[in-house]
Amino acid sequence: MDIHEYQAKEILNRFGVGIPQGALAYSPEQAAYRAREMGGDRWVVKAQVHAGGRGKAGGVKVCDSDLEIQAATEAMFGQKLVTHQTGPEGKGIYRVYVEAAVPIAREIYLGFVLDRASQRVMIVASGEGGMEIEEISAEKPDSIVRATVEPAVGLQEFQCREIAFALGIKPAMVQQMVRTLRGCYRAFRELDATMVEVNPLVVTSDDRILALDAKMTFDNNALFRHSQILELRDKSQEDPRESRAADHGLSYVGLDGNIGCIVNGAGLAMATMDTIKLAGGEPANFLDIGGGATPERVARAFNLVMSDKNVQAILVNIFAGINRCDWVAEGVVRALRENPVPVPVVVRLAGTNVEEGQKILAQSGLPLIRATTLMEAAERAVAAWRADTQRNPNLRAV
Amino acid sequence: MSIFLDRETRVIVQGITGKMARFHAREMIDYGTNVVGGVVPGKGGETCEGVPVFDTVKQAVAETGAEATLVFVPPPAAADSIMEAADAGIRYCVCITDGIPAQDMIRVKRYMYRYPKERRMILTGPNCAGTISPGKAMLGIMPGHIYLPGNVGIIGRSGTLGYEAAAQLKERGLGVSTSVGIGGDPINGSSFRDVLEHFEQDDETHVICMIGEIGGPQEAEAAEYIRNHVSKPVVAYVAGLTAPKGRTMGHAGAIISAFGESASEKVEILAAAGVTMAENPAVIGETIARVMQ
Repeated sequence: MDIHEYQAKEILNRFGVGIPQGALAYSPEQAAYRAREMGGDRWVVKAQVHAGGRGKAGGVKVCDSDLEIQAATEAMFGQKLVTHQTGPEGKGIYRVYVEAAVPIAREIYLGFVLDRASQRVMIVASGEGGMEIEEISAEKPDSIVRATVEPAVGLQEFQCREIAFALGIKPAMVQQMVRTLRGCYRAFRELDATMVEVNPLVVTSDDRILALDAKMTFDNNALFRHSQILELRDKSQEDPRESRAADHGLSYVGLDGNIGCIVNGAGLAMATMDTIKLAGGEPANFLDIGGGATPERVARAFNLVMSDKNVQAILVNIFAGINRCDWVAEGVVRALRENPVPVPVVVRLAGTNVEEGQKILAQSGLPLIRATTLMEAAERAVAAWRADTQRNPNLRAV
Repeated sequence: MSIFLDRETRVIVQGITGKMARFHAREMIDYGTNVVGGVVPGKGGETCEGVPVFDTVKQAVAETGAEATLVFVPPPAAADSIMEAADAGIRYCVCITDGIPAQDMIRVKRYMYRYPKERRMILTGPNCAGTISPGKAMLGIMPGHIYLPGNVGIIGRSGTLGYEAAAQLKERGLGVSTSVGIGGDPINGSSFRDVLEHFEQDDETHVICMIGEIGGPQEAEAAEYIRNHVSKPVVAYVAGLTAPKGRTMGHAGAIISAFGESASEKVEILAAAGVTMAENPAVIGETIARVMQ
């Protein structure tokens, strides 16, 4: 789960990380008021969306007066911010953060991640802050400092000092850097984050170390023990179909193609998408309905897939292990009788009692296209989609 | 010999009285697995599916000589249960639970390293379908009847995609020595490389089939190991060629976040190590059959 920049900063600040003075606003008037309240003569207003690359996309503006703030934020509120991380549909701006500008002497990149190779928390830092880590590793790989944390004892001070000296922090400020690093680590560890990124972490000309931007991602599997983090969830920043799916225990990812997929198991779902591509089509989604394909889940899955207006054919691929194919087939038939779909549906069942399952599909009287192998299913789905769009190109325009 | 599990292996089920655990304990017993007990704190002394229930894993080990365990415990308590098994001297643990916090798994892995290698429990999973040595025993939630006994060793992240491969083999009359699910989580017990090591030493395994997916460094690490240490032919399929970068595809660990983690990069790395790639999931069985000729 992602949270906003201002929320991440509040959290990190509670763990001892320095941040510039700032305040949140829900309207241009409030943004201007926040700046007056804060004082000073230069502010930065930042669109709060769950995506990086806001600066280049026009979501960050430096302002010298409250009138400028009002004008800048009027242009932001209610708009969709499109950055290289949001996709073409962008993310809605409903909150802006107003921050006092600080005199920047240098910028540092600081990231805490779950390192899957060492199976530990890894710190990644670089003196080339402001750039994204991908750019840094491509252009200045030698500037990157790494350290892994021994889980039994946590991040040690000497490790923090090593990082601080490697980054060229002047001796008088090393202790401040140690406090910053330890604070980020404690927030990561205690709140079950999977990523903490401070980019840039700045050293100011008056010798302060401040998180100028901050991003935190949390482990969805650990939210059960962090209700205060769960409260920070902002559904306006999520794909509505994905959040609806998640609320029903289904795992859905929307894509750009037009063949919808309903599959049990994440690996088989990815494999099904790959096979569609191989057969000359494009998958419209990833959808894992879970190991047990109950009729209720199948029905929900059809609704979900059909809520994507680009879907022009559906491929159902279920490997029934413990659940028998005849039972899954009954679920598919029931779902389609209750909620018929206006696009061709290809069903491929495999596993236990596959013959009985096929028989139920055949005798249902529904216009289902059946397939035995995964390849055959994908080819039939692609063929059905092509035939359907040729016959009636406006079919789904309504 | 199969790996990890055979007809005699004495098995317990942690969390046996839960509805799903009970169902699968029954399936395992009916398959012929030597299930000798279960562990549920506070239910010691009861009987479930015909086997005794104990309060602690240590008691179960003392009373039954259990060597292997199936952890079927909800996510908040699963890491604790795995550590309890490791401390009680269990030799092999399969954890089925999906949804264990990643940092809990980091602690589990660290905890297991307290023990010297000869006494260290082998963990596979979490978030997997389990392990089966067809015709002998099964420790998991898979449908046992789709596997024929034979000489193909399977290692896979995904449950149903592994079933798909086993079913394709059965169609060709080919069987499996052991099939091991390593699970879809970012921090897992055993990697492809760890299991490859066991298959390489197993006489019954003639060919190894790896079923990978996007995310993480373990396929690339396996490629390196295969190049230097595996003499048996390896066939592999990697799922997720059409998966977009930066999105989690169902499994918590199925996300492309770094170089070398996409399916196409993994295919390239494995092929360069001499692995025979199945180009699509429909030809996994066919590719293995070809390699076995």
